[in-house]
Amino acid sequence: MTELVIIGGGPAGMSAALAAYENGVRDILILERDERLGGILQQCIHNGFGLHRFGEELTGPEYAWRYEERVRELGIPFKLNTMVMNITADKEITATNSIDGIFTIQAKAIILAMGCRERSRGALNIAGTRPAGVYSAGTAQKLVNMKGYMPGKNVVILGSGDIGLIMARRMSLEGAKVKAVCELMPYSGGLARNIEQCLNDFNIPLLLSHTVVKVHGKKRVEGVTIAKVDQFGKPIEDTMEFIECDTLLLSVGLIPENEISRSAGIDINRITNGAYVTQSRETSIPGVFACGNVLHVHDLVDYVSEEAEIAGENAALYIKGELKNDIDIPIETDGKVRYTVPQRITAKEDTKIFFRVANVYENATIKVYNGDEIIFKTSKSKVAPGEMQCITLKAQLLQNAEKLRIGLEVF
Amino acid sequence: MATRELICIICPKGCNLKAELDEDGKVLEVTGNTCKRGAEYAENECTNPMRTVTSTMRCSDGTVIPVKTTTPIPKGKIYECMNLINKGVVNLPVHIGDIVIADVFGSNIAVTENRT
Amino acid sequence: MYDVAIIGGGVVGGMLARALSSYKLKLCIVEKENDVAMGASKANSAIVHAGFDAEPGTLKAKLNVRGSEMMEQVAKELGVKYKRNGSLVVGFNDDDKKIIEELYERGIKNGVKELSIIESSELHTLEANISPDATCALNAPTGAIICPYELTIAAIGNAMDNGADLKVNFEVSKLNLCNEFYEITSTDGDMIKAKYVVNAAGVNADSVAAMANETDIKIHPRRGEYVLLDKTSGGLVSHTIFRTPSAMGKGILVTPTVDGNLLLGPTAKDMEDKSDTATTADGLSNVLANCSETTVGINLRDTITSFCGLRAVGNTGDFIINSTAERFINAAGIESPGLSASPAIAEYIIDMLLSMGLELTKNEKFNPIRKPAHLFRESSVAERNRIIAENRAYGRIICRCEGVSEGEIREAIRTNPPARDLDGVKRRTRAQMGRCQGGFCMPYITEILSEELGVTYDSITKNGGNSKLITGKTKEGCER
Repeated sequence: MTELVIIGGGPAGMSAALAAYENGVRDILILERDERLGGILQQCIHNGFGLHRFGEELTGPEYAWRYEERVRELGIPFKLNTMVMNITADKEITATNSIDGIFTIQAKAIILAMGCRERSRGALNIAGTRPAGVYSAGTAQKLVNMKGYMPGKNVVILGSGDIGLIMARRMSLEGAKVKAVCELMPYSGGLARNIEQCLNDFNIPLLLSHTVVKVHGKKRVEGVTIAKVDQFGKPIEDTMEFIECDTLLLSVGLIPENEISRSAGIDINRITNGAYVTQSRETSIPGVFACGNVLHVHDLVDYVSEEAEIAGENAALYIKGELKNDIDIPIETDGKVRYTVPQRITAKEDTKIFFRVANVYENATIKVYNGDEIIFKTSKSKVAPGEMQCITLKAQLLQNAEKLRIGLEVF
Repeated sequence: MATRELICIICPKGCNLKAELDEDGKVLEVTGNTCKRGAEYAENECTNPMRTVTSTMRCSDGTVIPVKTTTPIPKGKIYECMNLINKGVVNLPVHIGDIVIADVFGSNIAVTENRT
Repeated sequence: MYDVAIIGGGVVGGMLARALSSYKLKLCIVEKENDVAMGASKANSAIVHAGFDAEPGTLKAKLNVRGSEMMEQVAKELGVKYKRNGSLVVGFNDDDKKIIEELYERGIKNGVKELSIIESSELHTLEANISPDATCALNAPTGAIICPYELTIAAIGNAMDNGADLKVNFEVSKLNLCNEFYEITSTDGDMIKAKYVVNAAGVNADSVAAMANETDIKIHPRRGEYVLLDKTSGGLVSHTIFRTPSAMGKGILVTPTVDGNLLLGPTAKDMEDKSDTATTADGLSNVLANCSETTVGINLRDTITSFCGLRAVGNTGDFIINSTAERFINAAGIESPGLSASPAIAEYIIDMLLSMGLELTKNEKFNPIRKPAHLFRESSVAERNRIIAENRAYGRIICRCEGVSEGEIREAIRTNPPARDLDGVKRRTRAQMGRCQGGFCMPYITEILSEELGVTYDSITKNGGNSKLITGKTKEGCER
């Protein structure tokens, strides 16, 4: 029996481990599938991490090292190159590595911190051929930053997610020509600063309301056909244009990797593709917690660390038998708010609610209702789907709460 | 008088800034910023834009290692900086923060990862 | 000097090579691509048809029913996944009912066993997710599913294990009949000699036939587009569901695959270009619209990939299996039900070779059994742990989505016929075939391939030729 098993040794897994340790848990094991700790941060060599946490701009590996160094100092055990194949509702974990073979661990509590994967070309059903040269932006990032290889020289990027923008700059710095970034939506999915410093600095055009409709080239990409889309996202025939290129990078969304969570029977939210959780980040199975990008896709690693600490602290409480679950207040959303995390509140404490909106709205008022009564409101000059929002509900606001609803009013 | 519209890159907020400039290009006033650093950014961006460069360098064993400029360098020097980075070789082992090329356009190139 | 050369490493050539390798013969398969199973054999409906579809008396009918009977045993010997899941041809009205009755009659004439026509209630008991509007169906319990490229790879691998040679990247450009043998020359100028030649060149069988002699064989490619859904959708139906055929062809099907995915397709469009396997927006939307007619609950969000295959359609309406030159046999126009018929086509061609004078002596050392490619993953935990203890590479998972280890990938590169590129590894191990489509594991598989093949990282291809994954190293270029 291991008190706490953490699946994933990226920023979420490490933060959760440290928080659990600081809250008195000593019997911890981190299982990491890669050959080192740090997760996807190891290939994110650009800066911009840690401004909230550390008040300075760090690169991905530097941010990861702050946590890894601490994990090593405290002697928190971890196994690398170890892939968790399955978990059960009884918290038995089956994993594989070269040294232990296939082995099982019975855990008292589990923290899910497996992160997310990129949406692939197949999921988009882009027509045309299937040549070499179509990569997800993250795969290209790994090739360039960790392996030292160029996946191509003339590049079109579909999707303006942050990884795509970062790779536009990165490929340009390594001598590639990035011809365009096409974004299906009328607004970018990435941060404004990245459009400025990754595209504008390098004169790379961002084509909003555009998509790639066809891939050309039999063995290697020879070009793509792009088109403007109408308000329903449908390509407009007479706007089609051929762009010659040898590479198509996709930055079209991230999906939490919850295959093993599903196999354990954990309830998964269809919008976040992550588990339903309470404010303690406990899933539908008591003692199983989730945090980081496996729970919902974050835009900043700083928020991942913060969320993972919540999960770590509460896993520690669970192990000690002190986790409070004395009430049950569901949180609903209206159409303009796509989702919240958590989706339930089970203790009357100050609670931070993270959420994402469905569209770009200006002059929006966020309102929290208990039944018909507004118990909280705040205004924002602009909200966008790419930027996670956060509000804090004070404990006293929850005194008489039965069912909360978060809405957005736009004037 | 001229106005320049900018997007602040200091933090993930990405504030829309407006800088009022006089005939000599001197910044008179910055609006739209939500912090002091935003104003500084706008002023620099109009007079001498600066960028942090992150990249990788070849190591003595043939692998690559991530590096960065320890402070921002003039934006116009990015590609010159890249040429220096591309020509350099990092001798292992190195520790995070070790400077591998000194005096690069007023900054230094440091590794951002440990490597034995 | 080879006794028999087979041009084309598809399922027809592969099954023939395997059957011939049970005799004392020197065999060679030549394949123009970097791997076997690169044409229609890798992109089709993955169905072993029961045999009710073809016109009675045709080769298609005869060889389909025979092939379908043989397939289970062949699959077992080759360690290929095979499942007799049954086919249902679903009808919605009286016109459909008439066609279903015709199919039933045809099936009985062709010798298909266990056929029956069922009504709505029985249909919906068999398959809960069939459209409530469906009124009847032809029930063919002998229909089955199989993985077509796995079958082809295993057949060729087994033939090689029994002594056959395989030459990839050998595109035949010339056939020269000398007195006793043929000189078969490739576009690269390589040459092999063989006493007998079998043309199993798929969509290119007409041009190969023309190299041997004048013929009137014409093959045109018919495009079939498919959509593959994630395993979460794999259980939507258990049978292979056909829409009642119309003028548009056999109709688009919905079927589980042996690996647990759900496959939708194909479209049918006659083409000019024999290498144009591009998918089209119209084709894909056509597939989805059609499938939703028969089956309820198809979720597009589960799409993993879409692909396109080119069926080799001959100009006679039937398989063209004949001899148009001395000691030269064509297996041309092997469109559907070619996969189902392939073991029987091999049998049929061996009879022809025999009557042409080829001497057939049993090869006592012939071993019909091939170790299944997926043996490791299907072994018990204790057995897998024993293997990992012996070879640690089996404990290192490379493909997360499908749970494929480094050991299995290395095995695929070392086993006949060896994988030489990323797609080759994919078809043999399923690595890169899951939800992320290789996003995570592609850089690692490339590394393993370069180690095993003893070539540089940047020379590894997706599927041979110019399909390089890497265009160069970083740090090499930005003098601006």
